[in-house]
Amino acid sequence: MNPMSRIVRTVTRYLYPFVILFGFYIIIHGHLTPGGGFQGGAVIASAFAMVIVAFGSKHVDRWYSEEKFSVVESSGLLAFVTLAFLGIGVMFFYNFLANGRSTSLPWLFGDITSGINSGALNTAGTIPLMNIAVGLEVLAGLGAIVYMMFHGREA
Amino acid sequence: MRKWVAGLALTVIMLFLLISAISMRPFGEPTETEMDDYMNENGQEETGSNNIVTAVVFDYRGFDTLGEATVLFTAVTGVALLMHKKKEGEQ
Repeated sequence: MNPMSRIVRTVTRYLYPFVILFGFYIIIHGHLTPGGGFQGGAVIASAFAMVIVAFGSKHVDRWYSEEKFSVVESSGLLAFVTLAFLGIGVMFFYNFLANGRSTSLPWLFGDITSGINSGALNTAGTIPLMNIAVGLEVLAGLGAIVYMMFHGREA
Repeated sequence: MRKWVAGLALTVIMLFLLISAISMRPFGEPTETEMDDYMNENGQEETGSNNIVTAVVFDYRGFDTLGEATVLFTAVTGVALLMHKKKEGEQ
């Protein structure tokens, strides 16, 4: 697919960092506001799709590759399963960091929550970490699907 | 003849949808509320998350989320199997 017009490419170039930033905001605030790993990852993958459409699939080979996407995707899923298994002392998916339960890592999302939503980011234990892991998996997975499908058209 | 059959089928489906729409429970009044109340009361204390939906998705029903992530991984694997482009020298 050929690149689109200069106007589209310029708008894409300015919009790209803001879409990525918004996606990471949704991922990181998953335990406070609506959204989470899946939704934020889909937003970031849509930024990848925007760049691929605007610049043409041959042109984006400088930035994206199947290897990069698959490495990020696999490490996201591995981190998610590892976090789930870390709580196996009590049960699978036990939240061992929340509300100051951990004595060795109290600074890692371990603040105690109380009252209505005060917007404290450093809470909820493993949930933000799992959000980040799932977010990485979804952004790389959907990005890889879009990237590979655009390449398949030219074959 | 075909018109009559189509009209009859349409009427039956319309009646069925109308009856189920009228007999539906009002929004926000489920028959069983024990589980919802438990999560609203204890979710913050048990998971530390202020967003109860996230608490359910990533803590109470974390196993389900693992399945979802696996489904996405499998989908990507299938697309890669179909769309993978061979490099020069690759068998």
